[in-house]
Amino acid sequence: MIAVLKALVHLAAALPLVWLYYGAVNDTIGADPVERVIHFTGIGALNILLISLAITPLAKKFKQPVLIKFRRLLGLWAFTYALLHLLNFLFFELQFDWRLFIDEVIDRPYITVGMFAFAILLPLTVTSISAIKRKMGKSWQQLHNWVYIAAVAIWLHFYWSIKSDIYEPGIYAVALIWLLSLRKDRIKRWLFKR
Amino acid sequence: MLIKSKKSYQLTDNDITDENVYVNRRQLLKSMGYIGAGTLLSQSIARSAGAAPLDFWGGSEKANFTQQTLDYKKAPATDQLLTPEAKVTSHNNFYEFGLDKSDPARNSQGLKVKPWQLSVSGEVSKPITLDYDDLFKKFPLEERIYRLRCVEAWSMVVPWIGFSLADLIKQAAPTSKAKYVAFETLHDPEQMPGQRSRRIGGGIDYPYVEGLRLDEAMNPLTLLSVGLYGKTLPPQNGAPIRLVVPWKYGFKSIKSIVSIKLVEKMPPTTWNILAPNEYGFYANVNPEVSHPRWSQASERRITSGGLFARNRIATLPFNGYGEEVAHLYKNMDLARYY
Repeated sequence: MIAVLKALVHLAAALPLVWLYYGAVNDTIGADPVERVIHFTGIGALNILLISLAITPLAKKFKQPVLIKFRRLLGLWAFTYALLHLLNFLFFELQFDWRLFIDEVIDRPYITVGMFAFAILLPLTVTSISAIKRKMGKSWQQLHNWVYIAAVAIWLHFYWSIKSDIYEPGIYAVALIWLLSLRKDRIKRWLFKR
Repeated sequence: MLIKSKKSYQLTDNDITDENVYVNRRQLLKSMGYIGAGTLLSQSIARSAGAAPLDFWGGSEKANFTQQTLDYKKAPATDQLLTPEAKVTSHNNFYEFGLDKSDPARNSQGLKVKPWQLSVSGEVSKPITLDYDDLFKKFPLEERIYRLRCVEAWSMVVPWIGFSLADLIKQAAPTSKAKYVAFETLHDPEQMPGQRSRRIGGGIDYPYVEGLRLDEAMNPLTLLSVGLYGKTLPPQNGAPIRLVVPWKYGFKSIKSIVSIKLVEKMPPTTWNILAPNEYGFYANVNPEVSHPRWSQASERRITSGGLFARNRIATLPFNGYGEEVAHLYKNMDLARYY
């Protein structure tokens, strides 16, 4: 049963990407396929990350520990979307202009923050391998607490990238603050009592 | 020469994006749940809103705007690859009709352009009011193929149809006090959802206003456009009449204009009010001066071709129109007056 559900989650995450890139390559998803794939994978990464952060509180609230089994899988998909988001920017937006890429990461605060978030997600992804996780012992949780900082950085990246709208980032801010507030004791302990 | 220009038109035919694809795309996005929460919310709220619940969102497929064929003098052939018509008319920043670039095409089809009144007033000795028909009859129409450079670092090549703003201003006979020209977009919250709701309209104070220095307005390149690709403008591109200032970032080219006022002092402009450190009054295309969010050194030229189109090109000073306009800014520090 769980295997079936997991397969469904994989499909739900992968199929939109198949559709997205098929349309983008064939130029059937709007006037600017480059902007489309960048926005789609970016907002997708944030959505999936927020869902993964909702898992633990939901499992506790409804006493469904089985939900925890979906946390890593969602985290990995969030990373996959974030990776594609970054690669889309580099491949299709900047078209391998590495100098421009480096300039942009340094000069544009919203891109700097985005790269910072990605730099957090990367080790979290690598250490999600069970063998590594076991080896890391207690420090694994210490490291993975950084996901809260990554989530805030991703939100900031999103907010700063928008020209004038405050409502959509506002909705995400409310969701994020709520998810973080459910863990405020843990986060406080982690940040201030080390 | 003629054959060349035909080629680019043929290309547009091949590259028209089927409307069904757009519809399916949104359905797919929604069913997968990976679209921004705000977009989902905006649709459900718009549907349940009391005023005109289905007019702009759900029922937009019913409303269709009819474009008329125009008589005009054709532009000389160009070797620039034109942006396909389907892209020019589906990728628009017109926040009065929503924030996503595909929103205006979807939400604006009910816009009423007949009757329309465009007034030329202020520091003029002969104020003018143009009615809808005057827009197309008062001045001989000509086609001009211009590059359009958005401040967001993408660009298009568009065959506009219109007449020089200078011709209109000359007829109004500006007084010696006239130093600037102030433009205003239609303010009609009933027709423009972005003006009804700050959420749909991006928190901008409407009506949208823009301005030019008088000598910029009188430059022969400055166009009042009433059409593109041989037809009257569709609403998402600023029907029935809009400004086109090809050496400035796109946001200067104000859409659906109802008022042109000659004034003595530099008029306020919408994006400058919203973020003065990001958008200046002049807004000349300048690869040397970066926007806080975008390097302006290069741009992606939107023509045909999908994801793998290698379309990043260098941005030129004054968008390549330096020969015609650079003299307007002699002795001006363009990093300061961005």
